[in-house]
Amino acid sequence: MNRNGIFFWIGTALFLGAALLMTQVIGNQYPFFAGYVILQFMVLAVAWSILGGYAGYVNFGTSAFFGMGVYTAVFLFKSFGAPLAAQIAAAAAVGAVMGFALGLLTLRMQGIFFSIATIALTIVIETSITNWRYVGGAAGIQLQRPLVTEPFNNYVQMLFFVQALLVVLAVAISRYIQNSWMGRGLQALKDDELAAECTGVPTLRLKLMACVISGALMCAAGAPAAMYLQYADPSSAFNLNYSVSVLAMSLIGGTAHWAGPVVGAILLGTTQQLLTVTISSEVNVLVLGMMLVVFVVAAPEGIIGLIRKVRRNRNGGEA
Amino acid sequence: MDARHEAGHDELNGGGICFQGGPHLFSFDLLLDAVVIGVLLGCFYAAVSLGLSVSFGLLDVPHVAHPAFLVLAAYAVFFLNEYYGIDPLLAGLLITPLFFLFGLAAYRLYYETFEKRGTDAGVRGIAFFFGVAFIIEVLIILQFGVDQRSVTASYIGKAWRIGDMRIPFRLVVAFVVAAALTILLTLYLSRTFMGRAIRAVAQDQEALRLMGANPIRIKQWAFGIATAVLGIAGALLIIVAPVDPTLDRTYIGRTFCVVVMAGLGSMTGTLVAGIILGVAETIVLTLFGASWAPAISFGMLLGILAVRPQGLFGRRS
Repeated sequence: MNRNGIFFWIGTALFLGAALLMTQVIGNQYPFFAGYVILQFMVLAVAWSILGGYAGYVNFGTSAFFGMGVYTAVFLFKSFGAPLAAQIAAAAAVGAVMGFALGLLTLRMQGIFFSIATIALTIVIETSITNWRYVGGAAGIQLQRPLVTEPFNNYVQMLFFVQALLVVLAVAISRYIQNSWMGRGLQALKDDELAAECTGVPTLRLKLMACVISGALMCAAGAPAAMYLQYADPSSAFNLNYSVSVLAMSLIGGTAHWAGPVVGAILLGTTQQLLTVTISSEVNVLVLGMMLVVFVVAAPEGIIGLIRKVRRNRNGGEA
Repeated sequence: MDARHEAGHDELNGGGICFQGGPHLFSFDLLLDAVVIGVLLGCFYAAVSLGLSVSFGLLDVPHVAHPAFLVLAAYAVFFLNEYYGIDPLLAGLLITPLFFLFGLAAYRLYYETFEKRGTDAGVRGIAFFFGVAFIIEVLIILQFGVDQRSVTASYIGKAWRIGDMRIPFRLVVAFVVAAALTILLTLYLSRTFMGRAIRAVAQDQEALRLMGANPIRIKQWAFGIATAVLGIAGALLIIVAPVDPTLDRTYIGRTFCVVVMAGLGSMTGTLVAGIILGVAETIVLTLFGASWAPAISFGMLLGILAVRPQGLFGRRS
């Protein structure tokens, strides 16, 4: 393990420690309610970037994966009263299968056609869930949280910590992919898929792996949302706002490095929480749209790109 | 969040207009009704997709904000109708020049920021238009609220009875205007100098440049035309059923389904594809009820992309 790696794992250990400490020390519930949403978006944005950033396939189906995560949890909870860990694991499995299907789609379409197909997939799944009475149909379903496990004294605090674990898992996977042969292969197929295939990069296998990993993480991130809200309905679980928020976070942060979506999610997620509380959810969406437009126009490489540019200029000045 | 508001535009297919209520036993009469209504509705779908057929089909602009522009036009028509009592179709015609200019500006911005720089135009282009769509959605909500809005005109609310069949006038009006619009645009693209230039730029932009024409100006003009058509299309949208600010999300499926099925850039193809979608929607809704409404266009879109991406009348093999 190199120096970078040691710093990374110390950082994640500190992050988890801080999250756990927060749940033990802070009594006020609001920080956990808000923090949970930001952590959830961190997982989604990091997972999105594995396919959208490294491989360059823009997936607008984030909400499909998220929603399926929610409904996997709902189904398991309603049918078997499954514990949270089982809900998340099952959601990850469902997400992996969906990701595999999505990967097969990339065989036939690229660019905007792939993106439109992912939107279409979302709506088709949403409509199917809407027509499924058992999980509540269009009206949605109420859920009663089970008792909380030790050492947590509140269910939302536990969900907060679970989501923090998922963040660490997602970031570790994303970082590993970036630094391994997979990341380089995905980078190659992003630049020129045909050329990559010709030089021996296993493009199909890489795309399928990226889709499966990305899908599993997104679905897993959605699973705890059922217990968080104690309620699920198709039009909010599959809301297009998730897809666009996650896209915006990844692009604002920058997709070339695993830290980009993390930075983007913290920045935009916090802004959204503040705006929703202080002004209104409409203004929140307005700001989302504006930040998306401003960043793709003015800073196409995101914040990570800006930082790199500044660094390069400084180094250039010294030399 | 959308399910309740979408009702207006879902009902127009199956529940509200031709047959009350949900699933029915299937009979020949019902099939005939569904086909007639479906054809009328299909022409309307073609009309709202024409602009996208030019901007996405011919110019390759990933214009996911097209339905948002459409809803914006519908609200402009609503405004003129509500406060000045102008007939919706006339209002649609009045806002057309404004939308033309709006389209010119939008393409200029898109070109300067994405096409000119070259790299990665697709990904960021889609993100850009999604951002624009969200901004339009919220601005409409802030101005007009989230409630459904509709227009008043003498031909709205009346129906035409043939035997047991009941054909609403608003659909007939939409059908006539849509057909006229399609014919006009087809003639424009095939007979006029500028129209042919637009099709030429879609085929080979470099060749045009070598012949001394400026492809960017032609594309800008074409995008202007594509946006101008939305003025009338927006009027049809609000004539056919009440609109709400998030309606554009449903119409992403319908418009892209029609344009992709048509084969990018074919105007006659757009009309045929619109009719296929319209008939498919009414038949499925007659059989299964309105709750399956959104899945039909998106499902067809998915199927077409997977099986025959070049569409029915594709310009690319």
